Amino acid sequence: MITATATTAMTTTITIAMDDFLIRALLGGIGVAVVAGPLGTFIVWRRMAYFGDTLAHSALLGVAFGVLADLDLNLAVAVVCITVALGLSVLQNRTSLATDTLLGILSHGALALGLVALVFLEFQRVDLGGYLFGDILAIDRRDLIWIYGGGALVAAAMLALWRPLLSITVHEDLARIEGVAVDRIRLIHMLLIAIVIAVAMKIVGIILITSLLIVPAATARRLARSPEQMALLAALAGVAAVLIGLGSSLRWDLPSGPAVVVAAVALFALGLLVPDRLAVTSKAETRP
Amino acid sequence: MAEQAARNASPGAVLIEAEGVAVAFDGRPVLTGVALSVRSHEIVSLIGPNGAGKTTLLRVMLGLLRPDRGEVRRRRGLRIGYMPQKLALDRTLPLSVARFLRLTRTPRGEPGEAAIRAALGEVGAAHIFGLPMQALSGGETQRALLARALLGEPELLVLDEPVQGVDVTGRAQLFELIASIARQRGCGVMLVSHDLHFVMAATDRVVCLNHHVCCTGHPEQVSRDPAFLGLFGEAARPALAVYTHHHDHVHSDDGGVLPIEGETGHSHHGHDHGHGHDGHDHHHHHRHG
Repeated sequence: MITATATTAMTTTITIAMDDFLIRALLGGIGVAVVAGPLGTFIVWRRMAYFGDTLAHSALLGVAFGVLADLDLNLAVAVVCITVALGLSVLQNRTSLATDTLLGILSHGALALGLVALVFLEFQRVDLGGYLFGDILAIDRRDLIWIYGGGALVAAAMLALWRPLLSITVHEDLARIEGVAVDRIRLIHMLLIAIVIAVAMKIVGIILITSLLIVPAATARRLARSPEQMALLAALAGVAAVLIGLGSSLRWDLPSGPAVVVAAVALFALGLLVPDRLAVTSKAETRP
Repeated sequence: MAEQAARNASPGAVLIEAEGVAVAFDGRPVLTGVALSVRSHEIVSLIGPNGAGKTTLLRVMLGLLRPDRGEVRRRRGLRIGYMPQKLALDRTLPLSVARFLRLTRTPRGEPGEAAIRAALGEVGAAHIFGLPMQALSGGETQRALLARALLGEPELLVLDEPVQGVDVTGRAQLFELIASIARQRGCGVMLVSHDLHFVMAATDRVVCLNHHVCCTGHPEQVSRDPAFLGLFGEAARPALAVYTHHHDHVHSDDGGVLPIEGETGHSHHGHDHGHGHDGHDHHHHHRHG
């Protein structure tokens, strides 16, 4: 649609530049979706959606910290997310407050602190909207390196730890008695989520990041027969959401982050048309 | 199974032993000075009212909880098969019974399909192999958990409320099954029950717990113990006898105990219950049978 109007030399140059950032946007989006899907299945199975939100909200504090300390923003966000994850793990052991209460404190505390901190940085050019809602078309080379470096790390860890991760998801005590280092695996899982959130922030923004983890996983549920299938399908659903969202963002000039999330949710809604295998099975298998 | 029985410790060897165990939660003592041991080939039932500290003691024995005082000694390299009280699987986790069982380890690594089918057969649930975990009935879930515990070729089976979520008819069958498997494999069993009415007849030793060990001994003995009666009341006594009695009827000649198909409650045993309540001898003849 853009090339159709490319008649002069100047617009041709713009087209090439656009194609470049379009390719980066596609590569970035796909890179994130491929790891977010499988990681998200564990978030869904382990009911950790609120934990994902908390880390996402603390990412804004990471942005403020990065600008203040003049650090690479991806690095700053990763550091803050990991700190919050570790902090949660310490607080869980030290206080009698329920985990969701702790998450509420950390989540909103970090978000508010981030917003307050950004006010002091007014003289800096901080694109708050870009961080809150994502700006996939602004992905640069360095972001891509972060996405693929972080993504490869997360993918390798997931492959290596798939079995113990699944084992603690099924039953923590049973896993512990069978010799799984439950606390270590749990902590690594939290760190992996922190990394994915840090690298995914550019795609859909802090507010919507959890959806990229959870919605494709939820979509995959009805089609999957095994945990591995569900992880794979979640990755595919995520990639499809990125392609559709990015396409419609260009076609209709929609904000890219929300467009990707809308596409993911639309795919989920479409998936509801597929009959629920489990519901069918349990009905058929009910015995006296 | 015979090979495994031979490999397992000889009868009478102590598998696990707790001594002077004390645990307090938020300053409230849950266990004080508890001693408990389980020997090879022995079935020990831990009973007590809700909140008596049974599960806490179990967790201490399993090494999941460090006691404030006291210690737990295990035989070197003891293989423990654990059957948790319940499984809270998220409905979104697509997990078949076979895949669930493949998550455990046998002494030779990940169990293969043959081993998984054999374990399911042993617990009388061969038909659930391909079903999703979430589609199982209460009794089938317990059997899947038992099969998983057995795959590790345990020398000690630790069962936390093994009949939870199972209907009344199924409970006696499940207890039978556990007892018969334990005898065939020659492993020790430690099981927890809050429900007095279902303390299994095949129990060798009942340990009655209420923050401390109130009394211990053969079921018959314990059911007459003043400490036991003080804790549970006179009403508890017939229940023990009934299940002791019931056991005789479902135990087949060759010692194999298999699901009693079509059994619907105790109505057709009704006339026997009369002497089951005050009988004493019947308890012994199946123990040696």
